[in-house]
Amino acid sequence: MSLSEQWVAFMTILRKEIKRYLRIWTQTLLPSAITMSLYFVIFGSLIGSRIGEMGGFTYMEFVVPGLIMMAIVTNSYANVVSSFFGSKFSHAVEELLVSPVSNVVILMGYVVGGVSRGLLVAVVVTLVSLFFTHLQIHSYLIVITVVLMTSTLFSLAGFINAVYANSFDDISIVPTFVLTPLIYLGGVFYSMDLLPEFWANVSKLNPLVYVVNAFRYGVLGVSDVSLPIAFGMIIFFTALAFGFSMHLLNSGKRLRQ
Amino acid sequence: MSSTWQNTGTIARLSTEVNSLPTMIPALTIENLSKVYDNGFEALKGISFQVEQGDFFALLGPNGAGKSTTIGIICSLVAKSGGRVRIFDVDIDVDFPAAKRHIGIVPQEFNFNQFEKALDIVVNQAGYYGLPPALAKERAEKYLRELGIWDQRDVPARMLSGGMKRRLMIARSLIHEPRLLILDEPSAGVDIEMRRSMWAFLKRINEQGTTIILTTHYLEEAEALCRHIAIINHGNIVENTSIKSLLRQLSREVFILDCVEDVPEEIAIDGFIVRRVDSHTLEVEVQKGQHLNDVFSVLGEEGINVSSMRNRANRLEEMFVNLVEGAA
Repeated sequence: MSLSEQWVAFMTILRKEIKRYLRIWTQTLLPSAITMSLYFVIFGSLIGSRIGEMGGFTYMEFVVPGLIMMAIVTNSYANVVSSFFGSKFSHAVEELLVSPVSNVVILMGYVVGGVSRGLLVAVVVTLVSLFFTHLQIHSYLIVITVVLMTSTLFSLAGFINAVYANSFDDISIVPTFVLTPLIYLGGVFYSMDLLPEFWANVSKLNPLVYVVNAFRYGVLGVSDVSLPIAFGMIIFFTALAFGFSMHLLNSGKRLRQ
Repeated sequence: MSSTWQNTGTIARLSTEVNSLPTMIPALTIENLSKVYDNGFEALKGISFQVEQGDFFALLGPNGAGKSTTIGIICSLVAKSGGRVRIFDVDIDVDFPAAKRHIGIVPQEFNFNQFEKALDIVVNQAGYYGLPPALAKERAEKYLRELGIWDQRDVPARMLSGGMKRRLMIARSLIHEPRLLILDEPSAGVDIEMRRSMWAFLKRINEQGTTIILTTHYLEEAEALCRHIAIINHGNIVENTSIKSLLRQLSREVFILDCVEDVPEEIAIDGFIVRRVDSHTLEVEVQKGQHLNDVFSVLGEEGINVSSMRNRANRLEEMFVNLVEGAA
Protein backbone atom coordinates (compact mmCIF):
# COMPACT_ATOMS: atom_id res chain seq x y z
CA MET A 1 0.00 0.00 0.00
CA SER A 2 1.18 3.52 -0.73
CA LEU A 3 1.65 6.01 2.09
CA SER A 4 -1.55 7.83 1.18
CA GLU A 5 -3.49 4.54 1.25
CA GLN A 6 -1.99 3.69 4.64
CA TRP A 7 -3.08 7.13 5.85
CA VAL A 8 -6.63 6.47 4.65
CA ALA A 9 -6.59 3.12 6.47
CA PHE A 10 -5.25 4.77 9.64
CA MET A 11 -7.92 7.48 9.54
CA THR A 12 -10.60 4.83 8.96
CA ILE A 13 -9.59 2.94 12.11
CA LEU A 14 -9.30 6.18 14.09
CA ARG A 15 -12.70 7.46 12.92
CA LYS A 16 -14.28 4.13 13.78
CA GLU A 17 -12.75 4.22 17.27
CA ILE A 18 -13.89 7.79 17.94
CA LYS A 19 -17.40 7.00 16.66
CA ARG A 20 -17.50 3.97 18.96
CA TYR A 21 -16.74 5.79 22.20
CA LEU A 22 -18.90 8.78 21.30
CA ARG A 23 -21.82 6.45 20.50
CA ILE A 24 -21.61 4.95 23.98
CA TRP A 25 -20.61 8.17 25.78
CA THR A 26 -22.62 7.24 28.86
CA GLN A 27 -20.27 4.31 29.34
CA THR A 28 -17.06 5.98 28.18
CA LEU A 29 -17.09 9.69 29.02
CA LEU A 30 -19.73 10.28 31.71
CA PRO A 31 -18.43 7.85 34.39
CA SER A 32 -15.07 9.64 34.63
CA ALA A 33 -16.77 13.00 35.13
CA ILE A 34 -18.93 11.58 37.93
CA THR A 35 -16.16 9.57 39.61
CA MET A 36 -13.74 12.47 39.54
CA SER A 37 -16.36 14.84 40.91
CA LEU A 38 -16.73 12.47 43.87
CA TYR A 39 -12.96 12.33 44.33
CA PHE A 40 -12.79 16.12 44.28
CA VAL A 41 -15.60 16.42 46.82
CA ILE A 42 -14.48 13.66 49.19
CA PHE A 43 -10.67 13.70 48.99
CA GLY A 44 -10.26 17.30 47.94
CA SER A 45 -12.87 19.24 49.87
CA LEU A 46 -14.09 17.11 52.81
CA ILE A 47 -10.98 15.17 53.84
CA GLY A 48 -8.45 17.38 52.08
CA SER A 49 -9.42 20.44 54.07
CA ARG A 50 -8.34 18.60 57.25
CA ILE A 51 -5.05 17.35 55.77
CA GLY A 52 -3.47 20.72 55.28
CA GLU A 53 -0.65 21.39 52.84
CA MET A 54 1.17 18.79 50.78
CA GLY A 55 4.28 19.62 48.77
CA GLY A 56 3.67 23.27 49.47
CA PHE A 57 0.13 23.32 48.06
CA THR A 58 -3.36 22.83 49.46
CA TYR A 59 -4.35 19.18 49.31
CA MET A 60 -6.95 19.96 46.65
CA GLU A 61 -4.32 21.63 44.45
CA PHE A 62 -1.96 18.73 45.04
CA VAL A 63 -4.44 15.99 44.26
CA VAL A 64 -6.05 17.46 41.12
CA PRO A 65 -3.16 16.71 38.67
CA GLY A 66 -3.00 13.11 39.91
CA LEU A 67 -6.74 12.65 39.51
CA ILE A 68 -6.70 14.06 35.98
CA MET A 69 -3.84 11.71 35.13
CA MET A 70 -5.76 8.81 36.71
CA ALA A 71 -8.68 9.50 34.37
CA ILE A 72 -6.36 9.65 31.35
CA VAL A 73 -4.64 6.37 32.25
CA THR A 74 -7.83 4.40 32.91
CA ASN A 75 -9.68 5.72 29.86
CA SER A 76 -6.83 5.23 27.37
CA TYR A 77 -6.35 1.70 28.63
CA ALA A 78 -10.05 0.87 28.76
CA ASN A 79 -10.71 2.18 25.27
CA VAL A 80 -8.19 0.02 23.49
CA VAL A 81 -8.64 -3.10 25.59
CA SER A 82 -12.41 -3.15 25.22
CA SER A 83 -12.50 -2.12 21.56
CA PHE A 84 -9.79 -4.47 20.32
CA PHE A 85 -10.97 -7.40 22.43
CA GLY A 86 -14.53 -6.73 21.22
CA SER A 87 -13.25 -6.96 17.64
CA LYS A 88 -11.46 -10.19 18.46
CA PHE A 89 -14.51 -11.62 20.21
CA SER A 90 -16.87 -10.80 17.33
CA HIS A 91 -14.20 -11.77 14.75
CA ALA A 92 -14.57 -8.27 13.26
CA VAL A 93 -10.79 -7.98 13.60
CA GLU A 94 -10.66 -10.31 10.58
CA GLU A 95 -11.81 -7.34 8.47
CA LEU A 96 -8.44 -5.77 9.22
CA LEU A 97 -6.37 -8.94 9.11
CA VAL A 98 -7.51 -9.94 5.61
CA SER A 99 -6.89 -6.43 4.26
CA PRO A 100 -3.49 -5.16 3.07
CA VAL A 101 -3.24 -2.58 5.87
CA SER A 102 0.09 -2.86 7.69
CA ASN A 103 0.41 -3.96 11.31
CA VAL A 104 1.88 -0.66 12.44
CA VAL A 105 -1.14 1.18 11.01
CA ILE A 106 -3.52 -1.18 12.79
CA LEU A 107 -1.69 -0.58 16.08
CA MET A 108 -1.47 3.18 15.64
CA GLY A 109 -5.14 3.41 14.66
CA TYR A 110 -6.22 1.77 17.92
CA VAL A 111 -3.61 3.59 20.02
CA VAL A 112 -4.46 7.04 18.69
CA GLY A 113 -8.12 6.19 19.24
CA GLY A 114 -7.27 5.49 22.90
CA VAL A 115 -5.19 8.68 23.11
CA SER A 116 -8.07 10.73 21.73
CA ARG A 117 -10.42 9.39 24.40
CA GLY A 118 -7.77 10.05 27.06
CA LEU A 119 -7.48 13.64 25.86
CA LEU A 120 -11.23 14.16 25.74
CA VAL A 121 -11.69 12.80 29.25
CA ALA A 122 -8.77 14.95 30.43
CA VAL A 123 -10.58 18.03 29.16
CA VAL A 124 -13.86 16.95 30.80
CA VAL A 125 -12.21 16.18 34.15
CA THR A 126 -10.18 19.41 34.07
CA LEU A 127 -13.36 21.40 33.49
CA VAL A 128 -15.01 19.59 36.42
CA SER A 129 -11.98 20.34 38.62
CA LEU A 130 -12.39 24.07 37.96
CA PHE A 131 -15.58 23.93 40.07
CA PHE A 132 -13.43 22.93 43.04
CA THR A 133 -10.10 24.68 42.61
CA HIS A 134 -8.20 27.25 40.62
CA LEU A 135 -5.74 25.60 38.22
CA GLN A 136 -2.58 27.45 37.34
CA ILE A 137 -0.52 25.70 34.69
CA HIS A 138 3.25 25.86 35.25
CA SER A 139 4.18 24.60 31.75
CA TYR A 140 1.65 23.89 29.01
CA LEU A 141 4.34 22.16 26.94
CA ILE A 142 5.12 19.66 29.70
CA VAL A 143 1.43 19.12 30.45
CA ILE A 144 0.55 18.37 26.84
CA THR A 145 3.65 16.21 26.26
CA VAL A 146 3.02 14.13 29.37
CA VAL A 147 -0.66 13.66 28.57
CA LEU A 148 0.14 12.46 25.04
CA MET A 149 2.93 10.15 26.16
CA THR A 150 0.94 8.69 29.03
CA SER A 151 -2.17 8.00 27.02
CA THR A 152 0.00 6.39 24.33
CA LEU A 153 1.72 4.16 26.91
CA PHE A 154 -1.52 2.97 28.45
CA SER A 155 -3.26 2.55 25.12
CA LEU A 156 -0.42 0.21 24.15
CA ALA A 157 -0.80 -1.62 27.45
CA GLY A 158 -4.52 -2.00 26.76
CA PHE A 159 -3.74 -3.41 23.33
CA ILE A 160 -1.41 -6.06 24.81
CA ASN A 161 -4.09 -7.02 27.33
CA ALA A 162 -6.68 -7.31 24.54
CA VAL A 163 -4.48 -9.60 22.45
CA TYR A 164 -3.94 -11.97 25.39
CA ALA A 165 -7.53 -11.86 26.67
CA ASN A 166 -9.76 -14.84 26.01
CA SER A 167 -12.87 -13.57 27.77
CA PHE A 168 -14.41 -10.35 29.01
CA ASP A 169 -13.20 -11.32 32.51
CA ASP A 170 -9.63 -11.14 31.24
CA ILE A 171 -10.00 -7.52 30.20
CA SER A 172 -11.14 -6.46 33.67
CA ILE A 173 -8.58 -8.45 35.67
CA VAL A 174 -5.60 -6.27 34.76
CA PRO A 175 -7.35 -2.92 35.36
CA THR A 176 -8.72 -4.16 38.68
CA PHE A 177 -5.75 -6.01 40.11
CA VAL A 178 -2.80 -4.28 38.45
CA LEU A 179 -3.68 -0.86 37.09
CA THR A 180 -5.78 0.42 40.00
CA PRO A 181 -3.21 -0.53 42.69
CA LEU A 182 -0.44 1.04 40.59
CA ILE A 183 -2.46 4.24 40.25
CA TYR A 184 -3.25 4.42 43.97
CA LEU A 185 0.38 3.69 44.86
CA GLY A 186 1.69 6.02 42.16
CA GLY A 187 1.55 9.21 44.21
CA VAL A 188 -1.85 10.45 43.12
CA PHE A 189 -2.96 11.09 46.69
CA TYR A 190 0.34 11.58 48.53
CA SER A 191 3.86 12.83 48.13
CA MET A 192 6.61 10.19 47.93
CA ASP A 193 8.33 12.07 50.77
CA LEU A 194 5.76 10.53 53.11
CA LEU A 195 6.96 6.99 52.34
CA PRO A 196 9.77 5.21 54.21
CA GLU A 197 12.94 5.06 52.10
CA PHE A 198 12.46 1.37 51.23
CA TRP A 199 8.92 1.85 49.88
CA ALA A 200 9.93 5.06 48.13
CA ASN A 201 12.57 3.04 46.26
CA VAL A 202 10.11 0.26 45.47
CA SER A 203 7.72 2.89 44.13
CA LYS A 204 10.32 3.84 41.53
CA LEU A 205 9.48 0.59 39.71
CA ASN A 206 5.94 1.87 39.24
CA PRO A 207 5.54 3.70 35.90
CA LEU A 208 2.60 5.64 37.35
CA VAL A 209 4.99 7.44 39.73
CA TYR A 210 6.79 9.03 36.78
CA VAL A 211 3.61 9.79 34.91
CA VAL A 212 1.85 11.43 37.86
CA ASN A 213 4.90 13.41 38.97
CA ALA A 214 5.79 14.63 35.49
CA PHE A 215 2.22 15.83 35.04
CA ARG A 216 2.17 17.40 38.49
CA TYR A 217 5.36 19.25 37.59
CA GLY A 218 3.68 20.57 34.44
CA VAL A 219 0.74 21.86 36.49
CA LEU A 220 2.25 22.88 39.82
CA GLY A 221 5.97 23.05 39.09
CA VAL A 222 6.84 20.45 41.78
CA SER A 223 7.70 16.78 41.47
CA ASP A 224 8.95 13.94 43.66
CA VAL A 225 11.17 12.63 40.87
CA SER A 226 13.50 14.45 38.49
CA LEU A 227 11.79 15.49 35.27
CA PRO A 228 14.40 14.05 32.86
CA ILE A 229 14.23 10.70 34.66
CA ALA A 230 10.43 10.80 34.57
CA PHE A 231 10.43 11.48 30.80
CA GLY A 232 13.13 8.85 30.26
CA MET A 233 11.13 6.21 32.12
CA ILE A 234 7.90 7.05 30.26
CA ILE A 235 9.74 6.81 26.93
CA PHE A 236 11.37 3.53 28.02
CA PHE A 237 8.07 1.91 29.04
CA THR A 238 6.36 3.21 25.89
CA ALA A 239 9.09 1.83 23.63
CA LEU A 240 8.87 -1.50 25.45
CA ALA A 241 5.09 -1.67 25.07
CA PHE A 242 5.25 -0.61 21.41
CA GLY A 243 7.92 -3.20 20.59
CA PHE A 244 5.97 -5.95 22.30
CA SER A 245 2.69 -4.94 20.62
CA MET A 246 4.35 -5.04 17.21
CA HIS A 247 5.83 -8.44 18.03
CA LEU A 248 2.35 -9.73 18.87
CA LEU A 249 0.91 -8.39 15.61
CA ASN A 250 3.79 -9.57 13.42
CA SER A 251 3.83 -13.05 14.91
CA GLY A 252 0.03 -13.23 14.74
CA LYS A 253 0.02 -14.66 18.24
CA ARG A 254 -3.56 -15.11 19.46
CA LEU A 255 -4.83 -13.34 16.34
CA ARG A 256 -4.06 -15.84 13.60
CA GLN A 257 -4.26 -19.60 13.98
CA MET B 1 -38.32 -5.69 0.07
CA SER B 2 -37.36 -7.36 -3.14
CA SER B 3 -34.58 -9.89 -2.89
CA THR B 4 -33.62 -9.36 -6.51
CA TRP B 5 -29.99 -8.34 -6.75
CA GLN B 6 -29.33 -5.74 -9.34
CA ASN B 7 -26.24 -5.03 -11.36
CA THR B 8 -25.93 -1.29 -11.69
CA GLY B 9 -22.81 -1.57 -13.78
CA THR B 10 -20.00 -1.58 -11.27
CA ILE B 11 -19.33 -5.24 -11.84
CA ALA B 12 -18.63 -4.49 -15.48
CA ARG B 13 -15.59 -2.50 -14.36
CA LEU B 14 -14.34 -5.58 -12.55
CA SER B 15 -14.31 -7.56 -15.75
CA THR B 16 -12.37 -4.83 -17.51
CA GLU B 17 -9.68 -5.00 -14.86
CA VAL B 18 -9.70 -8.78 -14.81
CA ASN B 19 -9.40 -9.02 -18.56
CA SER B 20 -6.42 -6.70 -18.52
CA LEU B 21 -4.43 -9.40 -16.69
CA PRO B 22 -2.42 -11.88 -18.74
CA THR B 23 -4.81 -14.77 -19.17
CA MET B 24 -2.19 -17.45 -18.65
CA ILE B 25 -1.62 -16.53 -15.01
CA PRO B 26 -3.73 -18.72 -12.73
CA ALA B 27 -5.91 -16.93 -10.20
CA LEU B 28 -4.68 -19.23 -7.46
CA THR B 29 -1.81 -21.70 -7.29
CA ILE B 30 -1.33 -23.88 -4.24
CA GLU B 31 1.72 -26.13 -4.02
CA ASN B 32 2.39 -28.68 -1.27
CA LEU B 33 0.42 -26.66 1.24
CA SER B 34 0.56 -28.10 4.73
CA LYS B 35 -0.73 -27.06 8.10
CA VAL B 36 -0.10 -28.59 11.50
CA TYR B 37 -1.93 -26.82 14.34
CA ASP B 38 -0.33 -26.24 17.73
CA ASN B 39 -2.22 -29.21 19.15
CA GLY B 40 -0.51 -31.47 16.62
CA PHE B 41 -3.52 -31.88 14.32
CA GLU B 42 -2.39 -32.15 10.71
CA ALA B 43 -5.12 -30.30 8.84
CA LEU B 44 -3.42 -30.19 5.43
CA LYS B 45 -0.97 -32.81 4.18
CA GLY B 46 0.75 -31.10 1.28
CA ILE B 47 -2.14 -30.30 -1.05
CA SER B 48 -1.69 -28.82 -4.51
CA PHE B 49 -4.23 -27.41 -6.91
CA GLN B 50 -4.73 -24.53 -9.27
CA VAL B 51 -7.68 -22.29 -10.09
CA GLU B 52 -7.70 -20.66 -13.50
CA GLN B 53 -8.74 -17.07 -14.08
CA GLY B 54 -12.47 -16.72 -14.61
CA ASP B 55 -13.20 -20.17 -13.20
CA PHE B 56 -16.07 -20.99 -10.84
CA PHE B 57 -14.39 -23.47 -8.55
CA ALA B 58 -15.88 -25.61 -5.79
CA LEU B 59 -13.85 -26.83 -2.84
CA LEU B 60 -15.82 -29.65 -1.28
CA GLY B 61 -15.19 -31.91 1.64
CA PRO B 62 -16.76 -33.17 4.85
CA ASN B 63 -16.48 -31.17 8.07
CA GLY B 64 -12.89 -31.03 9.31
CA ALA B 65 -11.48 -32.01 5.91
CA GLY B 66 -9.30 -28.89 5.62
CA LYS B 67 -11.44 -26.53 3.50
CA SER B 68 -11.57 -23.67 5.98
CA THR B 69 -7.88 -24.10 6.84
CA THR B 70 -7.04 -23.75 3.14
CA ILE B 71 -9.18 -20.62 2.82
CA GLY B 72 -7.78 -19.27 6.09
CA ILE B 73 -4.23 -19.59 4.75
CA ILE B 74 -5.13 -17.91 1.45
CA CYS B 75 -6.54 -14.86 3.24
CA SER B 76 -3.93 -14.80 6.05
CA LEU B 77 -6.11 -15.79 8.99
CA VAL B 78 -4.19 -19.06 9.35
CA ALA B 79 -0.40 -19.38 9.22
CA LYS B 80 0.76 -22.18 6.93
CA SER B 81 3.30 -24.77 8.05
CA GLY B 82 4.72 -25.36 4.59
CA GLY B 83 4.18 -24.99 0.87
CA ARG B 84 3.50 -22.05 -1.42
CA VAL B 85 0.45 -19.98 -2.23
CA ARG B 86 0.37 -17.60 -5.18
CA ILE B 87 -2.53 -15.31 -5.98
CA PHE B 88 -2.42 -13.98 -9.53
CA ASP B 89 1.27 -14.95 -9.44
CA VAL B 90 1.94 -12.94 -6.26
CA ASP B 91 3.58 -15.19 -3.68
CA ILE B 92 2.07 -14.56 -0.25
CA ASP B 93 5.50 -15.08 1.31
CA VAL B 94 6.96 -12.33 -0.86
CA ASP B 95 4.24 -9.67 -0.88
CA PHE B 96 1.15 -10.66 1.07
CA PRO B 97 -0.38 -7.14 1.03
CA ALA B 98 -0.26 -7.13 -2.79
CA ALA B 99 -1.79 -10.61 -2.89
CA LYS B 100 -4.54 -9.56 -0.46
CA ARG B 101 -5.64 -6.80 -2.82
CA HIS B 102 -6.80 -9.47 -5.27
CA ILE B 103 -8.92 -11.36 -2.74
CA GLY B 104 -12.42 -10.79 -1.44
CA ILE B 105 -13.52 -13.13 1.30
CA VAL B 106 -17.02 -14.00 2.51
CA PRO B 107 -16.59 -16.14 5.63
CA GLN B 108 -19.10 -18.65 6.89
CA GLU B 109 -19.60 -16.92 10.24
CA PHE B 110 -20.71 -13.31 10.50
CA ASN B 111 -17.55 -11.38 11.32
CA PHE B 112 -18.54 -7.76 11.63
CA ASN B 113 -19.33 -5.45 14.50
CA GLN B 114 -23.02 -6.10 15.12
CA PHE B 115 -23.49 -2.58 16.52
CA GLU B 116 -22.23 -0.78 13.42
CA LYS B 117 -24.53 0.33 10.63
CA ALA B 118 -24.46 -1.66 7.41
CA LEU B 119 -23.14 1.31 5.43
CA ASP B 120 -20.36 1.98 7.95
CA ILE B 121 -19.22 -1.64 7.81
CA VAL B 122 -18.79 -1.51 4.04
CA VAL B 123 -17.26 1.99 3.98
CA ASN B 124 -14.78 1.06 6.71
CA GLN B 125 -13.70 -2.02 4.79
CA ALA B 126 -13.00 0.19 1.77
CA GLY B 127 -10.87 2.37 4.02
CA TYR B 128 -8.76 -0.62 5.07
CA TYR B 129 -7.88 -1.03 1.39
CA GLY B 130 -6.92 2.64 1.14
CA LEU B 131 -9.95 3.82 -0.83
CA PRO B 132 -10.59 7.52 -0.18
CA PRO B 133 -13.87 8.24 1.69
CA ALA B 134 -15.70 9.71 -1.32
CA LEU B 135 -14.92 6.69 -3.52
CA ALA B 136 -15.67 4.34 -0.61
CA LYS B 137 -19.14 5.84 -0.18
CA GLU B 138 -19.82 5.74 -3.91
CA ARG B 139 -18.87 2.07 -4.16
CA ALA B 140 -20.67 1.18 -0.95
CA GLU B 141 -23.89 2.61 -2.37
CA LYS B 142 -23.50 0.70 -5.62
CA TYR B 143 -22.78 -2.65 -3.99
CA LEU B 144 -25.44 -2.28 -1.31
CA ARG B 145 -27.90 -1.45 -4.09
CA GLU B 146 -26.75 -4.39 -6.21
CA LEU B 147 -27.25 -6.69 -3.25
CA GLY B 148 -30.63 -5.19 -2.39
CA ILE B 149 -29.81 -3.84 1.08
CA TRP B 150 -29.37 -0.12 0.37
CA ASP B 151 -32.64 0.62 2.19
CA GLN B 152 -31.14 -0.98 5.30
CA ARG B 153 -27.89 1.01 5.14
CA ASP B 154 -28.51 2.88 8.41
CA VAL B 155 -29.70 -0.17 10.30
CA PRO B 156 -27.25 -1.66 12.86
CA ALA B 157 -26.03 -4.99 11.53
CA ARG B 158 -27.54 -6.92 14.44
CA MET B 159 -31.02 -5.87 13.32
CA LEU B 160 -30.62 -7.40 9.84
CA SER B 161 -32.00 -10.82 8.94
CA GLY B 162 -29.59 -13.71 8.35
CA GLY B 163 -29.95 -13.36 4.58
CA MET B 164 -29.29 -9.62 4.71
CA LYS B 165 -26.22 -10.16 6.86
CA ARG B 166 -24.93 -12.62 4.25
CA ARG B 167 -25.53 -10.06 1.50
CA LEU B 168 -23.82 -7.42 3.59
CA MET B 169 -20.73 -9.61 3.80
CA ILE B 170 -20.77 -10.12 0.03
CA ALA B 171 -21.05 -6.34 -0.51
CA ARG B 172 -18.17 -5.83 1.91
CA SER B 173 -16.02 -8.41 0.13
CA LEU B 174 -16.56 -6.70 -3.24
CA ILE B 175 -15.88 -3.14 -2.11
CA HIS B 176 -12.23 -3.18 -3.27
CA GLU B 177 -13.26 -4.98 -6.48
CA PRO B 178 -11.24 -8.16 -6.00
CA ARG B 179 -10.30 -10.44 -8.88
CA LEU B 180 -10.76 -13.54 -6.76
CA LEU B 181 -13.86 -13.94 -4.61
CA ILE B 182 -13.84 -16.70 -2.00
CA LEU B 183 -17.11 -17.72 -0.36
CA ASP B 184 -17.13 -20.13 2.56
CA GLU B 185 -20.52 -21.87 2.78
CA PRO B 186 -22.44 -18.88 1.35
CA SER B 187 -25.80 -20.67 1.47
CA ALA B 188 -25.62 -21.65 5.13
CA GLY B 189 -28.80 -20.49 6.86
CA VAL B 190 -30.21 -18.84 3.75
CA ASP B 191 -33.74 -19.48 2.46
CA ILE B 192 -34.39 -20.91 -1.02
CA GLU B 193 -35.44 -17.66 -2.70
CA MET B 194 -32.44 -15.84 -1.30
CA ARG B 195 -30.15 -18.72 -2.31
CA ARG B 196 -31.42 -18.66 -5.89
CA SER B 197 -30.98 -14.90 -6.20
CA MET B 198 -27.51 -15.19 -4.71
CA TRP B 199 -26.63 -17.89 -7.26
CA ALA B 200 -27.80 -15.62 -10.08
CA PHE B 201 -25.70 -12.76 -8.72
CA LEU B 202 -22.59 -14.93 -8.37
CA LYS B 203 -23.06 -16.36 -11.87
CA ARG B 204 -23.31 -12.85 -13.25
CA ILE B 205 -20.12 -11.55 -11.64
CA ASN B 206 -18.34 -14.74 -12.68
CA GLU B 207 -19.46 -14.28 -16.27
CA GLN B 208 -18.10 -10.77 -16.09
CA GLY B 209 -14.65 -12.02 -15.15
CA THR B 210 -14.39 -12.49 -11.39
CA THR B 211 -12.87 -15.82 -10.43
CA ILE B 212 -14.94 -17.48 -7.71
CA ILE B 213 -14.05 -20.21 -5.26
CA LEU B 214 -16.74 -21.54 -3.00
CA THR B 215 -16.99 -24.18 -0.37
CA THR B 216 -20.38 -25.65 0.19
CA HIS B 217 -22.24 -28.54 1.72
CA TYR B 218 -25.00 -28.17 -0.87
CA LEU B 219 -23.71 -30.34 -3.70
CA GLU B 220 -26.62 -29.16 -5.80
CA GLU B 221 -25.09 -25.69 -5.45
CA ALA B 222 -21.69 -26.85 -6.70
CA GLU B 223 -23.30 -28.67 -9.64
CA ALA B 224 -25.41 -25.64 -10.54
CA LEU B 225 -22.65 -23.05 -10.32
CA CYS B 226 -19.19 -24.51 -10.66
CA ARG B 227 -17.13 -25.68 -13.62
CA HIS B 228 -14.29 -27.25 -11.65
CA ILE B 229 -14.15 -29.02 -8.36
CA ALA B 230 -11.61 -30.21 -5.83
CA ILE B 231 -12.65 -32.62 -3.14
CA ILE B 232 -10.59 -32.53 0.02
CA ASN B 233 -10.69 -35.18 2.71
CA HIS B 234 -8.46 -35.76 5.75
CA GLY B 235 -6.16 -32.98 4.51
CA ASN B 236 -5.63 -34.51 1.06
CA ILE B 237 -7.08 -33.65 -2.34
CA VAL B 238 -8.91 -36.81 -3.41
CA GLU B 239 -10.30 -35.41 -6.66
CA ASN B 240 -9.56 -32.35 -8.79
CA THR B 241 -11.33 -32.16 -12.11
CA SER B 242 -14.18 -30.58 -14.03
CA ILE B 243 -17.72 -31.20 -12.84
CA LYS B 244 -18.59 -32.71 -16.23
CA SER B 245 -15.65 -35.09 -16.09
CA LEU B 246 -16.52 -36.06 -12.54
CA LEU B 247 -20.11 -36.82 -13.43
CA ARG B 248 -18.96 -38.92 -16.37
CA GLN B 249 -17.14 -41.11 -13.88
CA LEU B 250 -20.41 -42.08 -12.26
CA SER B 251 -20.68 -45.85 -12.73
CA ARG B 252 -24.33 -46.02 -11.77
CA GLU B 253 -27.31 -43.82 -11.15
CA VAL B 254 -30.54 -44.58 -9.32
CA PHE B 255 -33.76 -43.11 -10.74
CA ILE B 256 -37.19 -42.83 -9.16
CA LEU B 257 -40.01 -43.34 -11.70
CA ASP B 258 -43.52 -42.13 -10.90
CA CYS B 259 -45.96 -44.39 -12.78
CA VAL B 260 -49.51 -43.63 -13.86
CA GLU B 261 -50.77 -47.20 -13.66
CA ASP B 262 -50.40 -49.72 -10.83
CA VAL B 263 -47.01 -51.43 -10.79
CA PRO B 264 -47.17 -55.24 -10.31
CA GLU B 265 -45.53 -56.46 -7.12
CA GLU B 266 -43.27 -58.92 -8.92
CA ILE B 267 -42.01 -56.58 -11.64
CA ALA B 268 -38.61 -57.37 -13.18
CA ILE B 269 -36.65 -55.82 -16.05
CA ASP B 270 -33.82 -57.84 -17.57
CA GLY B 271 -30.38 -56.42 -16.79
CA PHE B 272 -31.65 -53.77 -14.36
CA ILE B 273 -31.98 -53.78 -10.60
CA VAL B 274 -35.57 -52.70 -9.99
CA ARG B 275 -37.30 -52.10 -6.66
CA ARG B 276 -41.02 -51.39 -6.25
CA VAL B 277 -41.29 -48.58 -3.69
CA ASP B 278 -45.10 -48.52 -3.69
CA SER B 279 -47.98 -49.21 -6.11
CA HIS B 280 -47.06 -46.22 -8.32
CA THR B 281 -43.33 -45.78 -7.71
CA LEU B 282 -40.32 -47.68 -9.02
CA GLU B 283 -36.64 -47.33 -8.19
CA VAL B 284 -34.34 -48.35 -11.06
CA GLU B 285 -30.56 -48.66 -10.89
CA VAL B 286 -28.90 -47.88 -14.22
CA GLN B 287 -25.29 -49.00 -14.72
CA LYS B 288 -22.88 -47.14 -17.01
CA GLY B 289 -23.59 -48.28 -20.59
CA GLN B 290 -27.21 -49.16 -19.93
CA HIS B 291 -30.06 -47.09 -21.41
CA LEU B 292 -33.22 -45.89 -19.76
CA ASN B 293 -35.05 -46.41 -23.05
CA ASP B 294 -34.89 -50.16 -22.37
CA VAL B 295 -36.65 -49.62 -19.06
CA PHE B 296 -39.37 -47.50 -20.69
CA SER B 297 -39.84 -50.13 -23.44
CA VAL B 298 -40.44 -52.92 -20.92
CA LEU B 299 -42.77 -50.76 -18.85
CA GLY B 300 -44.64 -49.77 -22.04
CA GLU B 301 -45.12 -53.41 -22.94
CA GLU B 302 -46.60 -53.94 -19.46
CA GLY B 303 -48.98 -51.03 -20.09
CA ILE B 304 -47.32 -48.79 -17.54
CA ASN B 305 -46.77 -45.14 -18.40
CA VAL B 306 -44.18 -43.02 -16.55
CA SER B 307 -45.43 -39.55 -15.58
CA SER B 308 -42.17 -38.21 -14.12
CA MET B 309 -38.65 -39.22 -13.23
CA ARG B 310 -35.87 -37.93 -10.93
CA ASN B 311 -32.51 -38.94 -9.51
CA ARG B 312 -32.79 -40.59 -6.09
CA ALA B 313 -29.93 -38.40 -4.87
CA ASN B 314 -28.02 -35.53 -6.37
CA ARG B 315 -25.58 -37.07 -8.85
CA LEU B 316 -22.65 -35.16 -7.48
CA GLU B 317 -23.62 -36.19 -4.00
CA GLU B 318 -23.33 -39.85 -4.96
CA MET B 319 -19.92 -39.21 -6.45
CA PHE B 320 -18.86 -37.20 -3.41
CA VAL B 321 -19.90 -39.95 -1.03
CA ASN B 322 -18.08 -42.55 -3.13
CA LEU B 323 -14.87 -40.51 -3.16
CA VAL B 324 -14.93 -39.54 0.49
CA GLU B 325 -15.86 -43.01 1.72
CA GLY B 326 -13.32 -44.55 -0.62
CA ALA B 327 -10.58 -42.37 0.82
CA ALA B 328 -11.62 -42.97 4.42
